[in-house]
Amino acid sequence: MVDLIIVGAGPAGITAGVYAARKKIDFLMISEDIGGQTGLSADVENYTGYQFITGTELVAKFEEHLKQFNVKLKVDETVKRIGKASSTFGTHFIVETAKEPYEAKSVIIASGRRPRWLNVKGDEGFRNKGVSYCATCDGPVFSNKVVAVIGGGNAALDAVLQMMKIASKVYLININPALAGDPIMRDKVESSNKVEVINNAVTKEILGAQLVTAIKLEQAGVARELALQGVFVEIGSVPNSSIIDFVKKNNSNEIIVDNLNRTSEPGIFAAGDVTDIPEKQIIVAAGEGAKAVLGAFRYLAGLR
Amino acid sequence: MANVKVFSTPTCPYCTRVKSYLQEKHIAFENIDVAGVQNGLQYMINVSGQMGVPVVMIDGDVIVGFDKDKIDAKLGI
Repeated sequence: MVDLIIVGAGPAGITAGVYAARKKIDFLMISEDIGGQTGLSADVENYTGYQFITGTELVAKFEEHLKQFNVKLKVDETVKRIGKASSTFGTHFIVETAKEPYEAKSVIIASGRRPRWLNVKGDEGFRNKGVSYCATCDGPVFSNKVVAVIGGGNAALDAVLQMMKIASKVYLININPALAGDPIMRDKVESSNKVEVINNAVTKEILGAQLVTAIKLEQAGVARELALQGVFVEIGSVPNSSIIDFVKKNNSNEIIVDNLNRTSEPGIFAAGDVTDIPEKQIIVAAGEGAKAVLGAFRYLAGLR
Repeated sequence: MANVKVFSTPTCPYCTRVKSYLQEKHIAFENIDVAGVQNGLQYMINVSGQMGVPVVMIDGDVIVGFDKDKIDAKLGI
Protein backbone atom coordinates (compact mmCIF):
# COMPACT_ATOMS: atom_id res chain seq x y z
CA MET A 1 0.00 0.00 0.00
CA VAL A 2 1.25 3.48 -0.88
CA ASP A 3 0.42 6.68 1.01
CA LEU A 4 -1.09 8.44 -2.00
CA ILE A 5 -2.39 7.65 -5.47
CA ILE A 6 -2.84 10.48 -7.95
CA VAL A 7 -5.40 9.67 -10.64
CA GLY A 8 -4.77 11.62 -13.84
CA ALA A 9 -1.77 13.35 -15.37
CA GLY A 10 -3.07 16.61 -16.76
CA PRO A 11 -1.92 19.95 -15.30
CA ALA A 12 -3.53 19.16 -11.92
CA GLY A 13 -2.16 15.61 -11.68
CA ILE A 14 1.35 16.47 -12.87
CA THR A 15 1.66 19.47 -10.55
CA ALA A 16 0.42 17.23 -7.73
CA GLY A 17 3.12 14.72 -8.73
CA VAL A 18 5.86 17.36 -8.60
CA TYR A 19 4.72 18.57 -5.17
CA ALA A 20 4.33 15.03 -3.82
CA ALA A 21 7.83 14.10 -5.02
CA ARG A 22 9.32 17.17 -3.35
CA LYS A 23 7.46 16.31 -0.13
CA LYS A 24 8.92 12.78 -0.44
CA ILE A 25 5.46 11.21 -0.16
CA ASP A 26 5.31 7.50 -1.08
CA PHE A 27 2.98 7.81 -4.04
CA LEU A 28 1.88 6.36 -7.38
CA MET A 29 0.39 8.10 -10.40
CA ILE A 30 -2.10 6.37 -12.71
CA SER A 31 -3.34 7.96 -15.92
CA GLU A 32 -4.58 6.95 -19.34
CA ASP A 33 -2.43 9.68 -20.87
CA ILE A 34 -0.07 12.53 -20.11
CA GLY A 35 -1.36 16.06 -20.51
CA GLY A 36 -5.09 15.39 -20.67
CA GLN A 37 -7.05 18.14 -22.37
CA THR A 38 -3.99 20.41 -22.42
CA GLY A 39 -2.34 18.12 -24.96
CA LEU A 40 -5.30 18.68 -27.26
CA SER A 41 -5.22 22.50 -26.99
CA ALA A 42 -3.76 24.31 -29.96
CA ASP A 43 -2.31 27.56 -28.63
CA VAL A 44 -1.90 28.50 -24.98
CA GLU A 45 -1.35 32.21 -24.38
CA ASN A 46 -2.31 32.58 -20.73
CA TYR A 47 0.01 30.27 -18.80
CA THR A 48 2.29 32.61 -16.85
CA GLY A 49 5.87 32.52 -18.02
CA TYR A 50 4.94 31.51 -21.56
CA GLN A 51 3.57 34.27 -23.73
CA PHE A 52 2.84 31.67 -26.36
CA ILE A 53 3.20 27.90 -26.27
CA THR A 54 1.30 25.07 -27.95
CA GLY A 55 -0.57 22.55 -25.82
CA THR A 56 1.78 19.77 -26.98
CA GLU A 57 4.88 21.77 -25.98
CA LEU A 58 3.45 22.73 -22.61
CA VAL A 59 2.69 19.06 -21.88
CA ALA A 60 6.26 18.14 -22.85
CA LYS A 61 7.49 20.75 -20.34
CA PHE A 62 5.17 19.33 -17.64
CA GLU A 63 6.39 15.79 -18.33
CA GLU A 64 10.04 16.84 -18.29
CA HIS A 65 9.49 18.55 -14.93
CA LEU A 66 7.77 15.50 -13.45
CA LYS A 67 10.35 13.04 -14.76
CA GLN A 68 13.11 14.97 -13.02
CA PHE A 69 11.94 12.97 -10.02
CA ASN A 70 11.87 9.22 -9.72
CA VAL A 71 8.09 8.94 -9.92
CA LYS A 72 6.13 5.69 -10.07
CA LEU A 73 3.97 6.44 -13.08
CA LYS A 74 1.47 4.05 -14.69
CA VAL A 75 0.57 5.62 -18.02
CA ASP A 76 -1.92 4.07 -20.44
CA GLU A 77 -3.83 2.52 -17.57
CA THR A 78 -7.37 3.75 -17.16
CA VAL A 79 -8.86 3.86 -13.67
CA LYS A 80 -12.18 2.00 -13.72
CA ARG A 81 -13.31 2.43 -10.14
CA ILE A 82 -12.23 3.75 -6.76
CA GLY A 83 -13.42 1.69 -3.79
CA LYS A 84 -13.11 1.88 -0.04
CA ALA A 85 -12.03 -0.76 2.46
CA SER A 86 -11.72 -0.84 6.21
CA SER A 87 -9.29 -2.73 8.36
CA THR A 88 -8.06 -2.51 11.92
CA PHE A 89 -5.66 0.18 10.68
CA GLY A 90 -8.54 2.35 9.48
CA THR A 91 -9.97 3.21 6.06
CA HIS A 92 -7.98 2.83 2.88
CA PHE A 93 -8.82 3.07 -0.78
CA ILE A 94 -8.57 0.70 -3.73
CA VAL A 95 -7.95 2.15 -7.17
CA GLU A 96 -8.86 -0.40 -9.83
CA THR A 97 -7.62 -0.43 -13.42
CA ALA A 98 -8.14 -3.13 -16.06
CA LYS A 99 -4.75 -4.54 -15.01
CA GLU A 100 -4.84 -4.62 -11.20
CA PRO A 101 -6.10 -2.99 -8.01
CA TYR A 102 -3.78 -0.56 -6.23
CA GLU A 103 -4.17 0.33 -2.56
CA ALA A 104 -3.53 3.70 -0.94
CA LYS A 105 -4.16 5.60 2.27
CA SER A 106 -5.25 8.67 0.32
CA VAL A 107 -6.23 9.55 -3.24
CA ILE A 108 -6.18 12.72 -5.32
CA ILE A 109 -8.67 12.56 -8.18
CA ALA A 110 -7.44 14.72 -11.05
CA SER A 111 -9.15 12.83 -13.84
CA GLY A 112 -10.29 15.90 -15.78
CA ARG A 113 -13.04 15.98 -18.35
CA ARG A 114 -13.94 14.41 -21.69
CA PRO A 115 -15.89 15.87 -24.62
CA ARG A 116 -19.68 15.89 -24.49
CA TRP A 117 -20.91 13.63 -27.28
CA LEU A 118 -23.22 15.13 -29.90
CA ASN A 119 -25.53 12.08 -29.72
CA VAL A 120 -27.35 12.50 -32.99
CA LYS A 121 -27.77 9.81 -35.65
CA GLY A 122 -24.42 9.22 -37.34
CA ASP A 123 -22.26 10.72 -34.58
CA GLU A 124 -20.93 7.48 -33.17
CA GLY A 125 -20.89 5.53 -36.44
CA PHE A 126 -18.88 8.17 -38.30
CA ARG A 127 -16.32 8.90 -35.58
CA ASN A 128 -12.90 8.84 -37.26
CA LYS A 129 -14.73 8.66 -40.57
CA GLY A 130 -15.33 12.39 -40.80
CA VAL A 131 -16.56 13.12 -37.28
CA SER A 132 -13.84 14.31 -34.93
CA TYR A 133 -13.67 15.51 -31.35
CA CYS A 134 -10.13 16.86 -31.78
CA ALA A 135 -9.44 19.54 -34.37
CA THR A 136 -5.81 19.69 -33.25
CA CYS A 137 -5.39 15.97 -34.05
CA ASP A 138 -7.46 15.43 -37.15
CA GLY A 139 -7.70 18.97 -38.59
CA PRO A 140 -4.80 18.60 -41.05
CA VAL A 141 -6.49 15.59 -42.65
CA PHE A 142 -9.20 17.93 -44.02
CA SER A 143 -6.95 20.09 -46.16
CA ASN A 144 -9.00 21.92 -48.84
CA LYS A 145 -12.18 20.16 -47.76
CA VAL A 146 -15.49 21.55 -46.48
CA VAL A 147 -16.04 21.12 -42.76
CA ALA A 148 -18.42 22.17 -40.02
CA VAL A 149 -17.63 22.98 -36.42
CA ILE A 150 -20.52 22.43 -34.02
CA GLY A 151 -20.61 24.65 -30.96
CA GLY A 152 -20.45 28.31 -30.04
CA GLY A 153 -17.97 28.76 -27.19
CA ASN A 154 -14.22 29.18 -26.98
CA ALA A 155 -13.42 25.56 -27.88
CA ALA A 156 -15.55 25.82 -31.02
CA LEU A 157 -13.96 29.16 -31.95
CA ASP A 158 -10.51 27.64 -31.41
CA ALA A 159 -11.42 24.76 -33.76
CA VAL A 160 -12.70 27.23 -36.38
CA LEU A 161 -9.50 29.30 -36.14
CA GLN A 162 -7.46 26.14 -36.75
CA MET A 163 -9.66 24.92 -39.62
CA MET A 164 -9.71 28.36 -41.35
CA LYS A 165 -6.06 27.76 -42.20
CA ILE A 166 -6.64 24.24 -43.54
CA ALA A 167 -10.13 23.74 -44.98
CA SER A 168 -11.66 25.40 -48.06
CA LYS A 169 -14.80 26.37 -46.13
CA VAL A 170 -15.85 26.22 -42.49
CA TYR A 171 -19.45 26.29 -41.29
CA LEU A 172 -19.87 27.17 -37.63
CA ILE A 173 -23.13 25.66 -36.42
CA ASN A 174 -24.30 27.29 -33.23
CA ILE A 175 -27.44 26.27 -31.36
CA ASN A 176 -27.75 29.71 -29.70
CA PRO A 177 -28.79 33.06 -31.24
CA ALA A 178 -25.26 34.47 -30.94
CA LEU A 179 -21.72 33.20 -30.42
CA ALA A 180 -20.26 33.10 -26.94
CA GLY A 181 -16.53 32.99 -26.25
CA ASP A 182 -13.80 35.61 -26.20
CA PRO A 183 -14.48 38.70 -28.34
CA ILE A 184 -10.94 38.60 -29.75
CA MET A 185 -11.55 35.11 -31.19
CA ARG A 186 -15.11 35.92 -32.30
CA ASP A 187 -13.86 38.90 -34.30
CA LYS A 188 -11.30 36.76 -36.14
CA VAL A 189 -13.91 34.11 -36.95
CA GLU A 190 -16.63 36.53 -38.02
CA SER A 191 -14.33 38.54 -40.28
CA SER A 192 -13.04 35.52 -42.21
CA ASN A 193 -14.49 35.05 -45.69
CA LYS A 194 -13.99 31.27 -45.36
CA VAL A 195 -16.36 31.01 -42.40
CA GLU A 196 -20.15 30.94 -42.47
CA VAL A 197 -21.74 31.23 -39.03
CA ILE A 198 -25.15 29.57 -38.78
CA ASN A 199 -26.85 30.60 -35.55
CA ASN A 200 -30.02 29.10 -34.01
CA ALA A 201 -29.25 25.82 -35.71
CA VAL A 202 -29.80 22.35 -34.28
CA THR A 203 -27.77 19.49 -35.73
CA LYS A 204 -30.12 16.64 -36.58
CA GLU A 205 -28.08 13.99 -38.36
CA ILE A 206 -24.71 13.22 -39.87
CA LEU A 207 -24.98 11.49 -43.24
CA GLY A 208 -22.59 9.47 -45.34
CA ALA A 209 -21.69 6.10 -46.77
CA GLN A 210 -18.17 4.95 -45.87
CA LEU A 211 -17.21 8.51 -44.90
CA VAL A 212 -19.23 11.61 -43.99
CA THR A 213 -20.85 13.39 -46.92
CA ALA A 214 -23.37 15.79 -45.37
CA ILE A 215 -25.03 17.13 -42.25
CA LYS A 216 -28.71 17.82 -41.60
CA LEU A 217 -29.70 20.90 -39.60
CA GLU A 218 -32.84 22.60 -38.50
CA GLN A 219 -32.76 26.37 -38.35
CA ALA A 220 -35.86 28.06 -36.92
CA GLY A 221 -37.96 25.05 -37.94
CA VAL A 222 -36.53 24.94 -41.47
CA ALA A 223 -34.53 21.87 -42.48
CA ARG A 224 -31.22 22.40 -44.21
CA GLU A 225 -28.60 20.01 -45.56
CA LEU A 226 -24.95 20.95 -46.06
CA ALA A 227 -22.57 18.88 -48.19
CA LEU A 228 -19.23 18.46 -46.40
CA GLN A 229 -16.50 16.00 -45.48
CA GLY A 230 -15.69 16.82 -41.87
CA VAL A 231 -17.61 17.55 -38.67
CA PHE A 232 -15.78 18.80 -35.57
CA VAL A 233 -17.83 18.67 -32.38
CA GLU A 234 -17.05 21.19 -29.64
CA ILE A 235 -20.14 21.37 -27.44
CA GLY A 236 -18.52 21.33 -24.05
CA SER A 237 -17.33 18.60 -21.77
CA VAL A 238 -18.36 16.39 -18.87
CA PRO A 239 -16.29 15.50 -15.79
CA ASN A 240 -14.65 12.06 -15.54
CA SER A 241 -16.19 11.51 -12.13
CA SER A 242 -18.10 8.24 -12.55
CA ILE A 243 -15.08 6.29 -11.20
CA ILE A 244 -16.16 7.14 -7.66
CA ASP A 245 -19.63 6.89 -6.11
CA PHE A 246 -19.03 7.75 -2.47
CA VAL A 247 -18.13 11.45 -2.65
CA LYS A 248 -20.58 14.33 -3.05
CA LYS A 249 -21.05 15.78 -6.54
CA ASN A 250 -23.00 18.76 -7.86
CA ASN A 251 -25.77 18.67 -10.50
CA SER A 252 -23.17 18.62 -13.27
CA ASN A 253 -21.50 15.54 -11.70
CA GLU A 254 -18.48 17.59 -10.68
CA ILE A 255 -16.82 16.47 -7.44
CA ILE A 256 -17.47 19.02 -4.70
CA VAL A 257 -14.29 20.21 -2.94
CA ASP A 258 -13.65 22.71 -0.17
CA ASN A 259 -10.89 25.31 -0.26
CA LEU A 260 -8.37 22.67 0.86
CA ASN A 261 -9.42 20.33 -2.00
CA ARG A 262 -11.08 17.92 0.43
CA THR A 263 -14.08 15.96 -0.82
CA SER A 264 -16.90 14.71 1.42
CA GLU A 265 -14.81 11.57 2.11
CA PRO A 266 -11.79 12.04 4.42
CA GLY A 267 -8.65 10.93 2.56
CA ILE A 268 -10.08 11.57 -0.90
CA PHE A 269 -9.02 14.85 -2.47
CA ALA A 270 -9.82 16.21 -5.93
CA ALA A 271 -8.27 18.84 -8.16
CA GLY A 272 -8.69 20.44 -11.56
CA ASP A 273 -11.49 20.23 -14.10
CA VAL A 274 -13.19 17.22 -12.48
CA THR A 275 -14.12 19.42 -9.50
CA ASP A 276 -16.78 22.09 -8.98
CA ILE A 277 -14.18 24.88 -9.15
CA PRO A 278 -15.83 27.03 -11.84
CA GLU A 279 -12.71 28.20 -13.68
CA LYS A 280 -11.60 25.50 -16.11
CA GLN A 281 -8.14 26.82 -16.88
CA ILE A 282 -4.75 25.09 -17.18
CA ILE A 283 -3.13 27.39 -14.67
CA VAL A 284 -5.99 27.05 -12.19
CA ALA A 285 -5.88 23.23 -12.46
CA ALA A 286 -2.12 23.27 -11.85
CA GLY A 287 -2.58 25.40 -8.72
CA GLU A 288 -5.38 23.16 -7.48
CA GLY A 289 -3.12 20.11 -7.92
CA ALA A 290 -0.50 21.73 -5.68
CA LYS A 291 -3.11 22.59 -3.05
CA ALA A 292 -4.49 19.03 -3.08
CA VAL A 293 -1.07 17.52 -2.33
CA LEU A 294 -0.48 19.89 0.55
CA GLY A 295 -3.90 18.90 1.87
CA ALA A 296 -3.13 15.19 1.47
CA PHE A 297 0.25 15.69 3.17
CA ARG A 298 -1.52 17.19 6.18
CA TYR A 299 -4.07 14.36 6.19
CA LEU A 300 -1.35 11.68 6.07
CA ALA A 301 0.54 13.40 8.91
CA GLY A 302 -2.67 13.20 10.95
CA LEU A 303 -2.87 9.41 10.46
CA ARG A 304 0.48 8.83 12.13
CA MET B 1 10.37 -8.25 -38.32
CA ALA B 2 6.90 -6.77 -38.55
CA ASN B 3 6.14 -4.17 -41.18
CA VAL B 4 4.83 -1.18 -39.23
CA LYS B 5 3.35 2.00 -40.68
CA VAL B 6 2.07 4.96 -38.65
CA PHE B 7 -0.30 7.41 -40.36
CA SER B 8 -0.10 10.68 -38.47
CA THR B 9 -0.24 14.46 -38.46
CA PRO B 10 2.49 16.62 -36.89
CA THR B 11 0.03 18.22 -34.43
CA CYS B 12 -1.71 15.18 -33.01
CA PRO B 13 -0.63 14.30 -29.45
CA TYR B 14 -1.69 10.64 -29.74
CA CYS B 15 0.43 10.29 -32.89
CA THR B 16 3.45 11.52 -30.94
CA ARG B 17 2.63 9.04 -28.19
CA VAL B 18 2.38 6.10 -30.62
CA LYS B 19 5.67 7.01 -32.25
CA SER B 20 7.56 7.48 -29.01
CA TYR B 21 6.11 4.20 -27.69
CA LEU B 22 7.36 2.29 -30.76
CA GLN B 23 10.77 3.97 -30.48
CA GLU B 24 10.92 3.07 -26.80
CA LYS B 25 10.28 -0.58 -27.73
CA HIS B 26 12.86 -0.39 -30.58
CA ILE B 27 10.26 -1.14 -33.24
CA ALA B 28 11.18 0.24 -36.67
CA PHE B 29 8.27 1.94 -38.44
CA GLU B 30 7.47 4.09 -41.43
CA ASN B 31 5.80 7.40 -40.57
CA ILE B 32 3.31 8.61 -43.17
CA ASP B 33 2.34 12.26 -42.69
CA VAL B 34 -1.22 12.68 -43.94
CA ALA B 35 -1.44 16.43 -43.26
CA GLY B 36 -2.10 18.04 -46.59
CA VAL B 37 -0.37 15.14 -48.35
CA GLN B 38 -3.19 13.80 -50.52
CA ASN B 39 -1.38 10.58 -51.51
CA GLY B 40 -0.73 9.61 -47.91
CA LEU B 41 -4.26 10.53 -46.90
CA GLN B 42 -5.88 8.59 -49.74
CA TYR B 43 -3.67 5.58 -48.91
CA MET B 44 -4.80 5.77 -45.27
CA ILE B 45 -8.48 5.99 -46.26
CA ASN B 46 -8.09 3.06 -48.68
CA VAL B 47 -6.44 0.71 -46.21
CA SER B 48 -8.33 1.73 -43.07
CA GLY B 49 -11.54 3.52 -44.03
CA GLN B 50 -10.50 6.10 -41.45
CA MET B 51 -10.24 9.88 -41.48
CA GLY B 52 -8.84 10.19 -37.99
CA VAL B 53 -5.27 9.81 -36.78
CA PRO B 54 -3.26 7.98 -35.64
CA VAL B 55 -3.78 4.80 -37.63
CA VAL B 56 -1.21 2.05 -37.09
CA MET B 57 -0.80 -0.72 -39.66
CA ILE B 58 1.10 -3.82 -38.60
CA ASP B 59 1.62 -6.47 -41.32
CA GLY B 60 -1.51 -5.21 -43.06
CA ASP B 61 -3.72 -5.17 -39.94
CA VAL B 62 -5.18 -1.81 -39.00
CA ILE B 63 -5.27 -0.44 -35.45
CA VAL B 64 -7.14 2.82 -34.91
CA GLY B 65 -5.86 5.30 -32.32
CA PHE B 66 -3.15 4.60 -29.75
CA ASP B 67 -4.36 1.21 -28.54
CA LYS B 68 -1.35 -0.09 -26.65
CA ASP B 69 -2.86 -3.50 -25.85
CA LYS B 70 -3.66 -4.20 -29.50
CA ILE B 71 -0.23 -3.00 -30.64
CA ASP B 72 1.47 -5.17 -28.02
CA ALA B 73 -0.60 -8.22 -28.96
CA LYS B 74 0.09 -7.79 -32.67
CA LEU B 75 3.82 -7.27 -32.16
CA GLY B 76 4.07 -9.91 -29.45
CA ILE B 77 5.73 -7.55 -26.96
